[in-house]
Amino acid sequence: MSKLHVSTTINGEPQEFLCDADQSLLDILRGPLGLTGSKEGCGTGDCGACTVTLNGRIVCSCLMLAAEAEGQQIGTIEGMAGEELHPLQTKFLEMAALQCGICTPGVLMAAKALLERNPDPTEHEVRFWLAGNLCRCTGYDKIIRAVMETAADMRGAAR
Amino acid sequence: MTDIQYLAPRTLDEAVKAFAAAAGAGRILAGGTDLLVQMRNGTVRPGVIVDIKKIAEVTSIEEIAGGGFRIGAAVSGAALREHPKLRKIWPGVVEAANLIGSTQIQGRATAGGNLCNGSPAGDSVPALVAAGAVVIIQGPKGRREVAVEKVPAGPGRLNLTAGEIVVGFTLPPRPKGSSDAYLRMIPRTEMDIAVVGCGVSLTLDNGTCTAARVGLGAVAPTVLLVEEAARALIGSKLDAAALEKAAVACSAACRPIDDKRGTIAYRTKVAGVLLKRTAAIAAERAGRK
Repeated sequence: MSKLHVSTTINGEPQEFLCDADQSLLDILRGPLGLTGSKEGCGTGDCGACTVTLNGRIVCSCLMLAAEAEGQQIGTIEGMAGEELHPLQTKFLEMAALQCGICTPGVLMAAKALLERNPDPTEHEVRFWLAGNLCRCTGYDKIIRAVMETAADMRGAAR
Repeated sequence: MTDIQYLAPRTLDEAVKAFAAAAGAGRILAGGTDLLVQMRNGTVRPGVIVDIKKIAEVTSIEEIAGGGFRIGAAVSGAALREHPKLRKIWPGVVEAANLIGSTQIQGRATAGGNLCNGSPAGDSVPALVAAGAVVIIQGPKGRREVAVEKVPAGPGRLNLTAGEIVVGFTLPPRPKGSSDAYLRMIPRTEMDIAVVGCGVSLTLDNGTCTAARVGLGAVAPTVLLVEEAARALIGSKLDAAALEKAAVACSAACRPIDDKRGTIAYRTKVAGVLLKRTAAIAAERAGRK
């Protein structure tokens, strides 16, 4: 069986790649495309370390076939910072909201998607939104606090 | 290299043809949150994957007169949640679909896939049963429609014939004073499989229940429509006696498994408890309309 040719957009840039029918988007991101910011934790959609955006909604890239990216808009952690770090990234560093860092790209992608939809989330809402991002260093409290503080800062800046 | 073929047809006819041609080796891909896990752990080795998400009818939400909706089988839980009118008229269906997995899973997982995975514990199915949803099915012999509770045949098994694809669901028109709710019992607050799931849809007229449907999940080999419980609610003011009678009917309908998530006795008792709580939420919502 020949490879599938896929044309997609990743972090706003047109991108083409070849893949097998059963390869996940995560396989292609981390392999041929060299975008290793998205991590493989479980490979079964439980841990959220591979979180990317698909047309603006967060999904697990391990649970998406690479072929499904045809014609879609994909966002990865590599596209999060512009000239400067995203406020969430800055705050995570400032408040040490990470330990080993494996879960961090997925947490950041998910948190950014939350703040885009809800600039003023309650702690309850942040915890439920991030329930699919597992941290094995048990850093949840710092993560939640950093997201809440970033939200407050961003609301202040928008005023 | 792999011998798997990926197809993303633009029309339902092409999808049905490709799926039928693949015979037993074909798998339908909607959200993929079950299929990709099954492929990875080796329980499923499809020869042909038919991705149905390029087909407009399967991926859209369409309003029909009087509060009814047609929901494509491959519409994600997130898309259901982001539809304000659907959420207002069918809050139980929407909340059930959004109890499935994490935010990331909700971005992909679909009601069609939840039904076709055939799990007795699928969260959206009892809510769709309560809603009186009709499943639209297309196959090599054409199109047919069947009540959602008639589709599951047992754990992982469906009453679909070779080559048939679930296209979507029709939610019926809604009389004034109607609403629905879905609750599930899990031992933690998120990311788990239902020990019991309960969907209730009802209509109130001056405080009297004039119509009701009850769906129960995770208490039998398939999701159940509990007509006896609905009969106990209809004609009542949803007073304690009527709710107790409906709760007893729910417990009586249970034929659950005994496993690490819940014993037979526990699931049977909780089915009645959930009926009362779910009916109260549905009634409170219906009273506001």
